Amino acid sequence: MKKYTYTDKKDTRSGFGAGLLEAGRKNDQVVALCADLIGSLKMNDFIKEFPERFVQVGIAEANMMCIAAGMTIGGKIPFTGTFANFSTGRVYDQIRQSIAYSNKNVKVCASHAGLTLGEDGATHQILEDIGLMKMLPGMTVINPCDYNQTKAATIAIAEHEGPVYLRFGRPVVPIFTDADQKFEIGKAWMVNEGADVSIFATGHLVWEAILAGEKLAEEGIDAEIINIHTIKPLDAEAILKSVAKTGCVVTAEEHNRLGGLGDSIAQLLAVNNPTPQEFVAVNDSFGESGTPEQLMTKYGLDAAHIVLAVKKVIERKNKNA
Amino acid sequence: MKSTIQDLEKTASQIRRDIVRMVHACQSGHPGGSLGCTDFFTALYFEAMNHDPKFNMDGIGEDLFFLSNGHISPVFYSTLAHAGYFDKAELATFRKLGTRLQGHPTTHEHLPGVRIASGSLGQGLSVAIGAALAKKLNGDKSLVYTLHGDGELQEGQIWEAAMFAPHNKVDNLISTIDVNGQQIDGPTNLVLSLGDLHAKWVAFGWDVLEMKGNDMAEVVKTLELAKSRTGQGKPIMILMHTEMGYGVDFMVGTHKWHGTAPNDEQLKSALAQLEETLGDY
Repeated sequence: MKKYTYTDKKDTRSGFGAGLLEAGRKNDQVVALCADLIGSLKMNDFIKEFPERFVQVGIAEANMMCIAAGMTIGGKIPFTGTFANFSTGRVYDQIRQSIAYSNKNVKVCASHAGLTLGEDGATHQILEDIGLMKMLPGMTVINPCDYNQTKAATIAIAEHEGPVYLRFGRPVVPIFTDADQKFEIGKAWMVNEGADVSIFATGHLVWEAILAGEKLAEEGIDAEIINIHTIKPLDAEAILKSVAKTGCVVTAEEHNRLGGLGDSIAQLLAVNNPTPQEFVAVNDSFGESGTPEQLMTKYGLDAAHIVLAVKKVIERKNKNA
Repeated sequence: MKSTIQDLEKTASQIRRDIVRMVHACQSGHPGGSLGCTDFFTALYFEAMNHDPKFNMDGIGEDLFFLSNGHISPVFYSTLAHAGYFDKAELATFRKLGTRLQGHPTTHEHLPGVRIASGSLGQGLSVAIGAALAKKLNGDKSLVYTLHGDGELQEGQIWEAAMFAPHNKVDNLISTIDVNGQQIDGPTNLVLSLGDLHAKWVAFGWDVLEMKGNDMAEVVKTLELAKSRTGQGKPIMILMHTEMGYGVDFMVGTHKWHGTAPNDEQLKSALAQLEETLGDY
């Protein structure tokens, strides 16, 4: 198992804030919109440097999405910022008609995704957003794993023509990817090469997958860990190549098991190479109040649950053999 | 003026013929609101707006128009065709499989003249505000126009946009509401009363004008007045009083022709009332 260590921890939303500032410096067409959550979205540095390129919309997310769509007409590259729940479920029809169907170059940037929003509870903990967004034709869906990757992804989507959903979170988590990485949309990242099982993880679950990989290595299980930061378009080549080698799959994500990364991979495998798969995801339920750590444990989204899923899927593979 | 009122009325008569024929040909679509707004579209595209039918999505240096109540696509498509955005023969494909003239306007099929999809109501005002903000950032002095149905004002997003535009001094925007008092289920004052629209828009901070929307001279004059009042810190709202179905006697003033196509006999009767001035497609 390749060693990953970290010296610093930060929230992925701060990676978004830093990436937005850099994207703004690189291209003066980049503009930002926010619905009364500047501090939560870490947009302050961008606003300080480019006050004329920032639009405060107030608590009116539907208006924000369509204003963003309109601003693309005239060449702007709008980044909208609010919580993931208000970035997707609340404004689904606005994104569907005015952004996705109209093919507008809007970057829907969503913080506080999933259970790790914590104490605010289920009204704010959206676990369905990846599914909602990936079902829209033409929409790119990205869920980076740490501060550095989120920053790199934010810069990359400014250079990508077309609508994007960028999902990140609230809690402080380890920084373990390279600071100077080049983010390639749709290109999976090989975290650890292995032979016994493929763990495909996205977002905050990538670090948990690494911890699980270390534990599994101690027990003699050689896990391949791949970071699927782009859920759509899915890196089919990387996934199929890995599965051809390992013969079994665990997917890990901070999302409902219905509609998320696991679903996408299951569909890919069903058509190309039917394979035993276990899902580390929220089992079709809403969340609740609690600390992020408590919630990730209770809902089965931590390293220990990935380890259990790996053992289970390897057993299934061996039974089939 | 680019054209005389008489010329504009001739164009409007042809557009009304197109609307009735298009809706009849595919036996679906929305003739009522289209006929009511024909004078407005004619005045807008053939007199008020500075626009280029060699279509460019960004429309830098041009006035832009956004149709928020996308169901009145027949009048939009006929107007665009007569203004030179595409061949009017294409009007025959309206709502048919493979057409660029979808039931509701869309950019998806790359029809020149359409800059956003509309149909799901209440989104166009926000989109237009975005385009108006982009114009300001680009130092582009041209204007943005919109059209909305009065029933559409029942959508909450309209009022989010209504609050935003004056706060942000979006004064390069001229919006119009087709006040015909009708919606699918009946008169607006029975379905969900809109109340005192003039007072509402004034209270939100808009510069509000009113006009009779089926009087070409008045439409032209009011659009000119609206243009003269841009750049003064307030967005402009025109409350346009029209009759749904205007120009065809049996369609006038009733919600029953909101989304109903005429049969062969009704088509004949309608066309007998609308002079063919520029040649049928």
